[in-house]
Amino acid sequence: MTDKTLQIKQEFLENLKGVKDIAGLETVKVQYLGKNGVITALMKDMKSLDAEKKKQFGQIVNELKTEVSNAVTDKFEELKKAAVEAEINLMEDFDVSTPANLERGSYHPITLVQRECEKIFKSMGFTVEDYSEIVTDYECFESLNIPKHHPARDMQDTYYLENGQLLKTQTSAAQNAIYRKYKDALINEGKPIKAIFPGRCFRNEATDACHENTFFQMEGVMVDKNISISNLIFFMKTMLSEVFRKDIKVRLRPGFFPFVEPGFELDISCLICGGDGCPSCKHSGWLELCPCGMIHPEVLKAGGIDPEEYTGFAFGLGLTRLAMMKYGVKDIRDLNSGNLKSLSQFTDDE
Amino acid sequence: MFLSMNWISDYVDLTGIDKLQLINKFSLSTAEVENEIFFKGSDISGIVVAEIKEVNDHPNSKKLHLLKVDAGDNELTEVVCGAPNVRVGMKTAFAKVGAQIGGIQIAARELAGYVSNGMCCSEKEIGISDNHDGIMEITDDVKNGTDLKEVYEIDDIVFEVDNKSLTNRPDLWGHYGIAREFAALAGRELKPLDLADLSKYDELPKVDMKIEDNLCQRYSCMQVRNIERSVSPVNMRIRLYYCGMRAINFLADMTNYLMLEMGQPMHAFDSRKIEKIRIKRFDKPFIFKTLDGIDRNIDENTLMICNDNIPVAIAGIMGGLDSEIVEDTTTLTLESAAFDAVSIRKSTVRLAHRTDASMRYEKCLDPEMTVTAIARFIKILTDIDGDVEVVSSLTDEYAVKYDKISLDFDKKFVDRYTGIEIDNDTIVKTLKSLGFGVECENDNFHVDVPSWRATKDVTIKADIIEEITRIYGYDNFDVNTALAPLYPVRPSDEKNVEEKIKDILVKRYSMHEVHSYVWMYYDEYKELGIEIENNIKIANATNPNIETIRKSIVPTQLCQVRYNNSYSPDFAVFEIGRVVDGLKTDNMCNEKKKLTMTMFSKTKSMEELYLELRDILCVIADDIKHKPLSFENTKASHSYQHPKNLNLVICDGKIIGEMGIVHPVVSKKIDKKANIIYAEIDINDFAGIKNDSIVYSEPSRFPGMEIDITFVSKTYAPIGKAIEEENCNWVKDVKIVDTYIDNNSKSITVRIFFSDSERTLVKDEVMKHIDSIIERLEKQGISLKK
Repeated sequence: MTDKTLQIKQEFLENLKGVKDIAGLETVKVQYLGKNGVITALMKDMKSLDAEKKKQFGQIVNELKTEVSNAVTDKFEELKKAAVEAEINLMEDFDVSTPANLERGSYHPITLVQRECEKIFKSMGFTVEDYSEIVTDYECFESLNIPKHHPARDMQDTYYLENGQLLKTQTSAAQNAIYRKYKDALINEGKPIKAIFPGRCFRNEATDACHENTFFQMEGVMVDKNISISNLIFFMKTMLSEVFRKDIKVRLRPGFFPFVEPGFELDISCLICGGDGCPSCKHSGWLELCPCGMIHPEVLKAGGIDPEEYTGFAFGLGLTRLAMMKYGVKDIRDLNSGNLKSLSQFTDDE
Repeated sequence: MFLSMNWISDYVDLTGIDKLQLINKFSLSTAEVENEIFFKGSDISGIVVAEIKEVNDHPNSKKLHLLKVDAGDNELTEVVCGAPNVRVGMKTAFAKVGAQIGGIQIAARELAGYVSNGMCCSEKEIGISDNHDGIMEITDDVKNGTDLKEVYEIDDIVFEVDNKSLTNRPDLWGHYGIAREFAALAGRELKPLDLADLSKYDELPKVDMKIEDNLCQRYSCMQVRNIERSVSPVNMRIRLYYCGMRAINFLADMTNYLMLEMGQPMHAFDSRKIEKIRIKRFDKPFIFKTLDGIDRNIDENTLMICNDNIPVAIAGIMGGLDSEIVEDTTTLTLESAAFDAVSIRKSTVRLAHRTDASMRYEKCLDPEMTVTAIARFIKILTDIDGDVEVVSSLTDEYAVKYDKISLDFDKKFVDRYTGIEIDNDTIVKTLKSLGFGVECENDNFHVDVPSWRATKDVTIKADIIEEITRIYGYDNFDVNTALAPLYPVRPSDEKNVEEKIKDILVKRYSMHEVHSYVWMYYDEYKELGIEIENNIKIANATNPNIETIRKSIVPTQLCQVRYNNSYSPDFAVFEIGRVVDGLKTDNMCNEKKKLTMTMFSKTKSMEELYLELRDILCVIADDIKHKPLSFENTKASHSYQHPKNLNLVICDGKIIGEMGIVHPVVSKKIDKKANIIYAEIDINDFAGIKNDSIVYSEPSRFPGMEIDITFVSKTYAPIGKAIEEENCNWVKDVKIVDTYIDNNSKSITVRIFFSDSERTLVKDEVMKHIDSIIERLEKQGISLKK
């Protein structure tokens, strides 16, 4: 290496030391390796030399060029690494101990229990039916074997409308329409009627923590050629065990409802004590849960189904009561209040 | 209704049977028994009959006496007693030292300086009546020192049956009917009633009685006289008291006793006041004083018992004050009747007066029972008081007979209904034990329903199934699933739509689902300045605040939003519920199902909020129907609507709802600072729209071209329309990238993305379309931004 090239190399290394960032490196790179750079100038100088010297000098300059070029690349890598490190170091530590923002909506608790019941019955091949809230006297009473002046009408204080229609007092009001909707498929194709119909019901009574004039029920019916009391107990037990997600005991007691015969009150083993007796079941070990029974022949007849050929069972589950039991809602009026302090707590529960 | 095990045991021998288990079985097979069972007399022991031998004044007390009583021991016992009715020779109930009363042990105790070695007891203290006026009086024939429980039926198990669960069982309103159930459940024999032979009075004159109205199905009566006794025997009083009735006097107690035993209400008239019994209704309303001294309004539908034309009792409900048994009554007329149940029930409701008698008549009592009840009454009466004289023959008119019911069915029918195997012998035995007549031949049954079950309770074959299965016991059933063919279940479009909407609103837009009532809330609407619009009304509303059915959920939801105005600066609620939009041509309610959303915000501008709700609606339509929405300005027609920015929501060319801003007057009342907007969609209309299927298009492998153009225009609508009308297949996307308002003029920059699936587009061919769009808009006076 000549004195000159050595000097250049020295100067270059000095300059490189002073480089702090990529831009500075670029300047130095141009200064030495650019079109008008120092090393390029050396190459130009070479033209005036003889062949022997040219070769010698050329080698030296090329070495220098390679050295400089490698040094620039190394420096570049070094700077890039430093830049990434600097970026990493700039990142602050976040405080994940702060309360999370759980912004979300909420489902009405009735929607939650209704969906759950529907899911269970759908899995057993039941259709889910919808029915109007305003019905006729025929739908709510006559077709259900509750003629005028029947004492059962007194038990259900009814909101009558000016045009003679009424706000349905029970989801059973949909039974007749459902039998009519599916009877042809039952009779002609042998398809059993398996349906549930959740809906809102109304009773003309004063409200308090335990009584509401507006509440939800879910009716279920199954009609086929050989539906028996034994089947009814099976379906009720299976369904309720699914709803409460544990194996529960059920028992039937005779109960009088005009649209079923025999009619039952269904009790379940107390969910809190499991049947041993506690304050919430009044120490009986049982909770009265829902009325059910074998569909009354007159009700089948009114629906266009021959009771000599077909039998069926029906039950009415209080969805509002179920929601209250499930979530521990103490005041039934909270459900229709629209109070978001209560209602916003009910998130997806499937 | 309270029931006494002792009384039931008069008619069925339950020796050796666990009574509590049997009561539980009754609850599971017949009617609901309340949880609390009363063990009467269990807190009483060591009480004996004692005779007062000496009564001396207490030196230190005016009230107290010093007694010497003979409690059957070798020597007399000294007792201090405060009762006013003490006298020498009287026999009373005496709690010896060591006796138990109500959980307290009696000990020798000093009373005002003298030791009392025990206590003389009142009936109330023993728990057999509420009489605490003095110590109990016991008849002279009982030996001193006899345990009181050997003399009287103090020990008893009493349980209560829920009256509601007896609604359909007219036969269970007396102990005899209950005993029949117990006999069937225990597999024991039901004993017959001990009755007087009334035929021996046949020679006596009849009572002048005539049914003039068929609401009276049967009227049976008889006259007796010379009843000296005024206080009922102790055991009778104990039974009445245990069953929740107060002893009044012998005659009143007798009618009550009969009612509790047989379920047949009876009434005793002073014969002088009812010489010509006529049963009828009156043409005109009048006022009638019942035996409780209350004036009651009687109308032309109320059946009355009359002395010729003078009413003396409200049939089946209550007697009149004037015909009641009084001090100098010598002869009384005993009534045992059957009345039309519906008529009694309606009269009870009209009079707002329910009695033990009417409660029973409402259930369709067995008309065959009236004469049996008289025979039973005469039997008990003459047994207790040998001097009683019967002065008439049985007078009985049976105007309306019950329909005899026979049912035929076969074993297959029972098998099909029960789903289990119950053999013929069990069926026959069960039905016979309940009083049914049964014949069984080759699996075929012929059943005669007994009168006490035939009035309304057992009328069809399915009723027989209940009789067989409830006695068999539902706990003993084999439980099996149904063997029915399986078919797929398709949810309805509407149901699908509802559930999807709920998920979108809750999960994507953090809305809260609420429920509200189906009527307008008068008070709250008024407070918010929302007009109560005319709509169908509830005819029998008891709460004046809830009379008219709502036409829209929006106002009810605004009431709920107001209630929540401090819940959060920003929140949104929704409900899927029903409204009624007037009447249809057939006079039926035009019921509709609506989705209603309200958004409340203190942080967003009205425009931001409004467009957010617009987007939510579009997302619902896009997500569920894969269809776009359009909006069309409309005029306000309700008090809660802001006149501006009220838009109809249109999907597939059909109006499915509206969205708007809440009228400032209403809005300010909900919250002074919040922006409040709403939308209401008809669920049925929306669900009815055809679902567009997904159309897949292969993404182009050639680069596309984005062109930005800025127009001066008040709205985007004409720009969008112009682009659409250009009908250029290369247009794959249109976006608004900027809007700018300057000196009252608004400019909108749109970015149009062009691409072709086959090749790279050339700028010139794209610009041809751009020029055409610009030209189209310029014709409408919409120019490019310079």
